[in-house]
Amino acid sequence: MQNFEYLAPETLSEAVNLLAGNEGQTRVLAGGTDLIVQLRQGALSADHVLDVKHLPECNELGYAPSEGLTIGAAVPCHRIYNDGAIADAYPGLIDAAAIIGGIQVQGRATFGGNLCNASPSADSIPILIAYGAECVIAGPQGNRRVAVEDFCTAPGKNILEKGELLVALHLPSVQKSSGAHYLRFIPRYEMDIAVVGAGASVQLDEGGKMFVQARIGLAAVAPTPLFAREAGQLLSGKEVSEESIETAALAAQSIARPISDMRAPADYRKHLVKVLTRRALLGAIRRARGEFVPNAVQENGQ
Amino acid sequence: MNSKAHVKTTINGEEMEFLCEPRQSLLEVLRDDLGLTGTKEGCNDGNCGACSVIIDNVLVNACLVFAVEIQGCRVFTIEGLASPEGLHPLQQKFLENASLQCGICTPGFLVAAKALLDHNPDPTEHEVRHWLAGNLCRCTGYDKIVRAVLKAAEVGRETTAPAGSSN
Repeated sequence: MQNFEYLAPETLSEAVNLLAGNEGQTRVLAGGTDLIVQLRQGALSADHVLDVKHLPECNELGYAPSEGLTIGAAVPCHRIYNDGAIADAYPGLIDAAAIIGGIQVQGRATFGGNLCNASPSADSIPILIAYGAECVIAGPQGNRRVAVEDFCTAPGKNILEKGELLVALHLPSVQKSSGAHYLRFIPRYEMDIAVVGAGASVQLDEGGKMFVQARIGLAAVAPTPLFAREAGQLLSGKEVSEESIETAALAAQSIARPISDMRAPADYRKHLVKVLTRRALLGAIRRARGEFVPNAVQENGQ
Repeated sequence: MNSKAHVKTTINGEEMEFLCEPRQSLLEVLRDDLGLTGTKEGCNDGNCGACSVIIDNVLVNACLVFAVEIQGCRVFTIEGLASPEGLHPLQQKFLENASLQCGICTPGFLVAAKALLDHNPDPTEHEVRHWLAGNLCRCTGYDKIVRAVLKAAEVGRETTAPAGSSN
């Protein structure tokens, strides 16, 4: 690996100044589970590596039922799933956090880094989209907020301009009678990259019979993670039924434009979008009704 | 730029200082500079878990940490597992259950299993398998490893503080 200058600023303004002012390539380091591998393999180069783990704003993990959830860009997965209040309020996040790499990777890997890395198959992004999460971005011109679905622009590319830094993700507060679920297909139990991933969040009426609203996010079926906006909108005001779920799953399938690669042929991925969207919606509906849906750590039924 | 960084840290309860280049991984510094060769290099890209270490009570792969990042941290490696009185129950149960053949993955499994039992002294088999999914063994096929961890957990629950848990 080429050598670089290691920078560990302690304030956000210092970090932005370094990012904006440095000559050469500055790479941002959070958990490093993608960056260190990419630098070692020579896929990326760096003159400077800027560690954001000393910035208080990037380490914040704050939840209040009325305010929602703020996940600093340097907060690793294990902090999210080990927080009982967050795990109860946002179980869909835990579905994703518990399957990104193994425990060792979850000790370092962050949702912020997963998003900035902008892999089409990133496990955290569909569920962030489903939850309606926003990115908080700091830059030389001040802060801006961008919806997660608008953040990735191509494989490995995102909207950050020179000098900008992803500081945190913000998820809106959880509505009554709502639930969310993320799942992916892989041909083994653990430690793999999604062939297809689907995340859904739903809000039901008080009786749990009608959809108030729904949002669906998809992974590994396009150059970027997708927001299946129309598929979710089709459910608003509809009865919870096999027919309405099938309609939404078909709408999600219709926007998928997967490629064929070593993990799966495109037509198989297309098929999986429908299957997984349906299952993500069913899991979200069950959780909205207060039923137990296990994540990867929990055994079925407990 | 590119001058060496001066890092102060605590490894297995002992304060240490070293100089490193920013590009050096913790794994590289442990093995090549500090002589702590119990931590193994397998894939060197975060897939195999052979280089598992515990930093501030969090299990990580040492190949995916820059050594400069551990300034002020407490690091636990396989060298800290056994005590002067003898083997840690995990090591004893790995021996009794023939949970190793070539042995390259073993330090990583032991450190990962210690992190599990620190975190959850009474894991189910499912929890053990999930926790150890990031550790690869190409010899034993895992069942003997899982059995050893479950038996060591029983020992740990019968005694008070297990040996070597200074971190």
